[in-house]
Amino acid sequence: MADTSIPLEINHLHKSFNGNPVLNGLSLKAQKGDVITLIGASGSGKSTFLRCMNLLEMPDQGELIVHGEAIGFKVDRKGQRQPEDWKQVERIRARLSMVFQNFNLWPHMTLIENVMAAPVHVLKMPKAQAREKGMALLKRVGLSERASYFPTQMSGGQQQRGAIARALAMDPEVMLFDEPTSALDPELVGDVLHVMHELADEGRTMIVVTHEMDFARDVSNHVMFLHQGLIEEQGAPGDILTSPRSERLQQFLAPRY
Amino acid sequence: MLDLHGYGPRLLEGSLLTLELALLSLLLAVLLGLLSASAKLSSSRILRGIAHVYTLVIRGVPDLVLMLLLFYGGQIGINMATDWIYSEFDVDIFININAFVAGVVTIGIIFGAYMSETFRGAFLAVDEGLLEAGRAYGMRPWAVFRHIRFPLMMRHALPGLGNNWMVLLKTTALVSIIGLSDMVKVAAEATKATHEPFLFMIPVALGYLLIASVSEWCFMKLRQRFDIGFSSGGSSWNN
Repeated sequence: MADTSIPLEINHLHKSFNGNPVLNGLSLKAQKGDVITLIGASGSGKSTFLRCMNLLEMPDQGELIVHGEAIGFKVDRKGQRQPEDWKQVERIRARLSMVFQNFNLWPHMTLIENVMAAPVHVLKMPKAQAREKGMALLKRVGLSERASYFPTQMSGGQQQRGAIARALAMDPEVMLFDEPTSALDPELVGDVLHVMHELADEGRTMIVVTHEMDFARDVSNHVMFLHQGLIEEQGAPGDILTSPRSERLQQFLAPRY
Repeated sequence: MLDLHGYGPRLLEGSLLTLELALLSLLLAVLLGLLSASAKLSSSRILRGIAHVYTLVIRGVPDLVLMLLLFYGGQIGINMATDWIYSEFDVDIFININAFVAGVVTIGIIFGAYMSETFRGAFLAVDEGLLEAGRAYGMRPWAVFRHIRFPLMMRHALPGLGNNWMVLLKTTALVSIIGLSDMVKVAAEATKATHEPFLFMIPVALGYLLIASVSEWCFMKLRQRFDIGFSSGGSSWNN
């Protein structure tokens, strides 16, 4: 039966865009406190895989189980796979917060309003409580003084830390990071990685698509190397990043050293 | 004092009618514009088709023709329908198209078509990633629309919306042909009776100008409201 102690389980996920297969049967199991990094060349399907986890992309086949609750699918008249119940999807999305490559903070809201929006509009949390919680989270990511700033008034690194606070405000069971440092200037990457490192240390379950090999090695406990929509190699970072077995992973890692 | 040969109160009533007509038409036009813009961007081919036919027909036929068609044609259509009901079911209904309602509906339908394009462009200008962020946190489609899509879209729609409103305001003068006494109609009657066109037409022109000036101010306030977060403080994306 359903195992509710496993935050996220994915079995045999397939996805294609206009007939081009992107994911060819991917599986993943995240235990509580796991930090899983997905690495691979661009086009390997790692971002699509992540976006399938909260159904921003609809997988064509495969099973998605969040905390023991399997997402129900049906096939519509056009042969497209659709969720059986959008309410279930919304409920599950609220438990899997996502941090985007381009931050995607809402530009017409101040930072604190950004952090409060989902708790107020999705979880129906009273505003005062959401504000208090939001301020505490902004303090954690070092942005207390920026609470009433608009995103355009902040640096990319500050925006991304703000976006992490926004994700934390939902008390997510799993946090999904989609290349969170790829859009940042090199000198701003460190602050964001530092916040993510702290989250990992406090036992958050995280799935991170990244090009930061140092992060994969130092912070994650499991690394998955994707190639052409398949898992080419996976394991503990100490093993597969230091002594990769597959030729492709060796090639992928080579220019970095 | 300005002597309007006793036409003063009627002129004032006429200007109120103009204002009511314009505001109600605007409301209808905005609703129709939002609906048809959403239809054009929807994945349903039928909805897209209906919206495209709507804007093509309305924008391709003169306002005057549409108004006459809707007012007289609409009445004939309703009469035919009620006659049929009478002959089939022996129920006698009489519906008379109210000229004010006809005016609001016609102008609303006409300008809804123009608003449709204004809103469509504005919807497309909103970064998809911002909507996705809303969905990713479990927001319902309505919450995404209300808290993210609509406020961000309005910033792009306001210039076109203001333009459409100014044209709409002046189009209300057309309702005189279906017998409504808006301020133009009153002034025209008064001019015929007294042969003093300037005495009546200048106040009418000033009346429109006053409404236009007040609207300009309202739109400026709206622009400031929806520009929040974009033009504040002159700071930039310096990462």
